[in-house]
Amino acid sequence: MGNIKISDVSMQWSNVLEMVYESRIDSVGLNERVNSLATRSIKKDSKLEALNMIVTMCDLTTLEGEDTEGKISQMVAKAIKPNPLDTSVPSVAAVCVYPSLVTIAKEKVQNSNVKVAAVSSYFPSGQVPMESKLLDTKYAIDSGADEIDIVINRKAFLEGDYRKVYDEIVALKEVCQDVHLKTILEVGDLKTYENIRKASLISLAAGSDFIKTSTGKLSIGSSRQACYVMLKSVLDFESLTGVKAGIKVAGGIRDAKDAIRYLVMINEEMGSDWLNPELFRFGASSLLDDVLKQIKKLKTGAYQAGYYFPRG
Amino acid sequence: MVDWQYSESIESPDIVSIKKKYTNYIGGKFVEPKSKKYINTISPSTEELLSKVPLSNEQDINSSVKSAKEGFEVWSKLTPNQRSRYLFKIARLIQERSREFAVLESLDGGKPIKESRDFDLPQVAANFFYFAGWADKLDLSWATKSLKPYGVVGQIIPWNFPLLMLAWKIAPALATGNTVVLKPAETTPLTALLFAEICEQAGLPPGVVNIVTGDGSTGSLIVNHKDINKIAFTGSTQVGKLIQNSLAGRDVGLTLELGGKAANIVYEDAAIDQAVEGVVNGIFFNQGHVCCAGSRLLLQESIHDQFVKKLEKRMQSLRVGNPLDKNTDIGAINSKEQLDKITSLVNEGVEDGGELFQTQCELPGNGFWFRPSLFTNVQPSYSIAREEIFGPVLTTLTFRTPEEAVEIANNTEYGLSAGVWTEKGSKILWTADRLDAGVVWANTFNKFDPSSPFGGYKESGFGREGGRHGLLSYLKASS
Repeated sequence: MGNIKISDVSMQWSNVLEMVYESRIDSVGLNERVNSLATRSIKKDSKLEALNMIVTMCDLTTLEGEDTEGKISQMVAKAIKPNPLDTSVPSVAAVCVYPSLVTIAKEKVQNSNVKVAAVSSYFPSGQVPMESKLLDTKYAIDSGADEIDIVINRKAFLEGDYRKVYDEIVALKEVCQDVHLKTILEVGDLKTYENIRKASLISLAAGSDFIKTSTGKLSIGSSRQACYVMLKSVLDFESLTGVKAGIKVAGGIRDAKDAIRYLVMINEEMGSDWLNPELFRFGASSLLDDVLKQIKKLKTGAYQAGYYFPRG
Repeated sequence: MVDWQYSESIESPDIVSIKKKYTNYIGGKFVEPKSKKYINTISPSTEELLSKVPLSNEQDINSSVKSAKEGFEVWSKLTPNQRSRYLFKIARLIQERSREFAVLESLDGGKPIKESRDFDLPQVAANFFYFAGWADKLDLSWATKSLKPYGVVGQIIPWNFPLLMLAWKIAPALATGNTVVLKPAETTPLTALLFAEICEQAGLPPGVVNIVTGDGSTGSLIVNHKDINKIAFTGSTQVGKLIQNSLAGRDVGLTLELGGKAANIVYEDAAIDQAVEGVVNGIFFNQGHVCCAGSRLLLQESIHDQFVKKLEKRMQSLRVGNPLDKNTDIGAINSKEQLDKITSLVNEGVEDGGELFQTQCELPGNGFWFRPSLFTNVQPSYSIAREEIFGPVLTTLTFRTPEEAVEIANNTEYGLSAGVWTEKGSKILWTADRLDAGVVWANTFNKFDPSSPFGGYKESGFGREGGRHGLLSYLKASS
């Protein structure tokens, strides 16, 4: 198949395949490690620092058929100023919307540093011809999206056609050019840790800037175990190519405690380089509210009711 | 990019009240030592004095053995069901007071609270529950009634898992109808003395459990006492040999659980990331103060560089420090003496030509500490590859074929445990079959369960603890 271009690094498809087929994971050992990291006790200053980091790493998301201009305006306002009563709380990283709402989101973020991410490639199923995926993505980019979240072709993946999965991501990356590409593996469909690792490596080799756990549309969303498999893949890919890719966890992360456990894992397994919205994100709709409540509680000792915080 | 440091998260020591001075526990009473002598017990993480405990002499041992003998008359005549109920009660009381025990264990021994809380104490309770269940089923387990308890059992235990080793010793001894005189290690006597309170709380008949503290001389008095019917010892091979010598020619039962230098064999087709975790757990668990620690890493040459790189990176994230901090992974070395031994062996390893990697973590000022250490470029003839270091020091050797791996693994005077890492099931069975080790873990390490027998071959000792086999260590054929 000849050389393929991977983020400025040339790599044979056979090398990618070799890595993919050498995906060995012991689930008992993996669970043990992940559970052991979850026992870290994060208190006081380190907790406040974590909560603020989580805010800056949030992709505030709404992906519903009922989304309107009004809803997007509310969400963007909250993204820019999550807590108007406490200006020390930073803005979130991005808002995440469907392609048809990118223009309006872009208009609302104005000159804040909140980015606009669009889900494309026929999110969440991806079950359309490639031409449609390309069009969907091109439309989002033309509308001004800063970041694109695509889904992998799970049909091809589960049928064992890894080359097709790879080729599609390469083609979509081609459309994206410098626009940040996040590739959603949909770990709830892949089920096994080996599959998650294979899909991670294929997506990374195809030029994804980020790999992302889930669409948030399945009952099984992100898990710390899936994130662990992905982060190990990212590290192995880095040691092979020198390229640092990012990770986005999304789907089912609802409270600050859970989010802090993800941060601990990133901190201890990947190191401080990844404690950065450029390389780690949370996709969430309700997580932010709990984080804001926890920040308030740390600062004042009072756990306030939801109505003290503006809705997004 | 943020350098995110975790704030201190200290388990409060207030839950346990440490007395200024302790007494022995003999015949159901807390009694001053007739020796009138005491030894200090300090916290190895601060070097502060925690308390004083008796340095028991011959008179103290005489009275404890006498009371155990009297206790045996009562205990052995109870119905098995009654003995079972006492053991269940002890198990439940330990669970109720587990936080107190865990804090005391970490203070006196230096192990991280994470381990005393999540490993030692749950295991202690589990052992009492397990053997409580056996107590009234002994007749069913060996189609014979000819097995009888020894009588008075002398038990001498080490400092690495003070309360857990007590549980491994006392639970099966009591379940089989014996009574005990137990001596905890010189540097870690406090949880055993707190356990005496549990015996009192449980209303255990006087003399069934006697706890006497002291040093090596006290242990020797127990071993050489004429009314002792069996000795159970866990500790160094050197002392084990002395004990076996003393007992030669006497009608006294003996089980020994001694040293180890376990091989942790990693094949190229292992799940590498999980193998790295297992190797870390195998050697750095409890500061490496584990007789079955995976202290010799056997790496297939084809993955050596990749594996060592991952291992060193992982080691850098180990947090060394205050044992009471909930985020501490590695606590204090148990004593100055042990620290000196580790230091001297490591120095010797460097002089021999081993390549030493140590993590860059900051160490506290006072107390006894040793950085997690990894030796590469080690030849099987070096002392670091042969002698038990009993500290956070891993020695790496390489092999080319499974045959060679087994040969190197068995090339040691010890035979306590071993680990095999491969995703290929047939290779696990092939390897495990050929290893001279009492325990072989596959794709995991340092896993314990009261139902699983533990013990060694060769100079790692004899006899088994745990499981149905563990009961046999406390029963003998009646004449």
